[in-house]
Amino acid sequence: MIEFKNVSKIYQTKSGTVPAVQNVSLKINTDEVFGIIGFSGAGKSTLVRMMNGLETPTSGELSINGKRNDNLSKKQLREQRRKIGMIFQHFNLLWSRTVLENIMFPLELTGMSKSERVKKATHLAELVGLGERINAYPSQLSGGQKQRVGIARALANDPAILISDEATSALDPQTTDEVLDLLARIKSKLKLTIVIITHEMHVIRRLADRVAVMENGHVIEEGTVAKVFTRPEQELTRKFVNTETDTGPDEDVKPVISELLQKYPEGQLLQLKFHGDQVKMPIVSEMLHQFPDLQLSILQGSVRQLQDGSGSIGSLFVQLVGNEKDIKGALEFLRTMRVETEVYKHE
Amino acid sequence: MNNQGLSTYFKFSSVNWNNMWGATWETLWMTVVSVVLVAIFGILLGLLLYETTGSNNIVIRGLNTLVALFVNVFRSIPFIILIVLLLPVTQTLVGTQIGPKAALPSLIFSAAPFYARLVELAFHEVDGGVVEAAESMGANKWQLIYKVLIPESMPALTSGITVTAISLIGYTAMAGAIGAGGLGQLAYTDGFQAYNNAITFTATIIIVVIVFIFQFLGDFAVRHLDKR
Repeated sequence: MIEFKNVSKIYQTKSGTVPAVQNVSLKINTDEVFGIIGFSGAGKSTLVRMMNGLETPTSGELSINGKRNDNLSKKQLREQRRKIGMIFQHFNLLWSRTVLENIMFPLELTGMSKSERVKKATHLAELVGLGERINAYPSQLSGGQKQRVGIARALANDPAILISDEATSALDPQTTDEVLDLLARIKSKLKLTIVIITHEMHVIRRLADRVAVMENGHVIEEGTVAKVFTRPEQELTRKFVNTETDTGPDEDVKPVISELLQKYPEGQLLQLKFHGDQVKMPIVSEMLHQFPDLQLSILQGSVRQLQDGSGSIGSLFVQLVGNEKDIKGALEFLRTMRVETEVYKHE
Repeated sequence: MNNQGLSTYFKFSSVNWNNMWGATWETLWMTVVSVVLVAIFGILLGLLLYETTGSNNIVIRGLNTLVALFVNVFRSIPFIILIVLLLPVTQTLVGTQIGPKAALPSLIFSAAPFYARLVELAFHEVDGGVVEAAESMGANKWQLIYKVLIPESMPALTSGITVTAISLIGYTAMAGAIGAGGLGQLAYTDGFQAYNNAITFTATIIIVVIVFIFQFLGDFAVRHLDKR
């Protein structure tokens, strides 16, 4: 277990003090995937860099498996670092080394024999799907391949903890998914704690069990991914969740909406958001059952699964046509069923 | 009278080739030995500059200022004056004031600080993220230097030593004028003082060829080393 207790980091600059992390308390359980989301400058990187001593807290305590981690000697710190793998946004590979030599780098530091190093690094290259490219230099690889080398290198010393610092932020969406798939595979195959920093909710949804949201050095919200996705408490969290669940109508739905608005001026255009088990319940048919005079047309719908299967999010654009009383009653029904409802009006 | 007319450049019959090749050998010896020593001292000095830059520790900051001062002073002394200035030092270090060996101390004192600055610059150009990655994997200072800093800056270190080697060839010729031997001395005594333009001309061509060879080797090595 990784435990941050009231941790702060304050930088002294010529123009004054800059608080990067303020009074953060967090517990990260062993073998879980913990996500930290926030915009750049929120203090996420500073916080996780304390785990491998690239940053030291100004105040507060950090312990890993009950052992204080913020007052290690240089030698202890080096030992500790070997148990923590890290992957970076810009990969940080040595351009002067081949794929295999890059993966061997951390093994060289521990003084492993050459033949063992080669064997282990070759195995890791195969694990990340680069078995054929072990003699290529980083400059000959694509961004996704470079990150695979980064991942293999981070796993070389069989770490107990893997830190991913915006590992997919420099990659295009498709490559991002490939790298996320690889991380998901590693998660299921190896026993290790993974701490993911990102500004993309997509990454959290795909991988994380629990998530903390950071803003201006504070953790403003924390919980299981299912909970944070379905019942976000803070404005910023809602923003992150919304980027992931298509709240506004898509471009291709907009003309349909304005057309329907024209055609049925008396109708109501609604967006319904279903969370968790609501997705599986026959809420809409129940509503039509109660108000049989209502006409309903579906414009667009989507359902997304969360990573651990514990939840899903549905979004449905519908138009209701009928008398005002029925529509009011239907909206009331949706409210009692706790379906989030948004009403679009004529512009 | 003998010193007039362009045709005097081409009176190769008046060139003593034995002396010429002997002098070429001396120039090459001075250059190669000093390049090797300058590379060693330059990398050490450059590393010292790099490691002591931007520290909060007052002792380390003082050391940085001291090394930087030493480097700047020796870089600004004109070479021909430096040789004369260092004559007693040379006498103490190598036991003589004439010949190729005697040229080494002043060649090194002059070129090592120059190369040190290039080395410092090359180290600063190594990607900070890569250094951080190596630290995060538990590399100690020494591993960081020989597994990250030096390999990752190798092309810059190589092109730096090429530039330094070429200016060293020039310095050996200057040193030759006050008795270090080599093509510089030959051109001065047998060429200039003996009114033999063919010797001056031949020595010039050989020096140009040596410079070209060093430049070619340097460029070739950089191309081969740079996998970026």
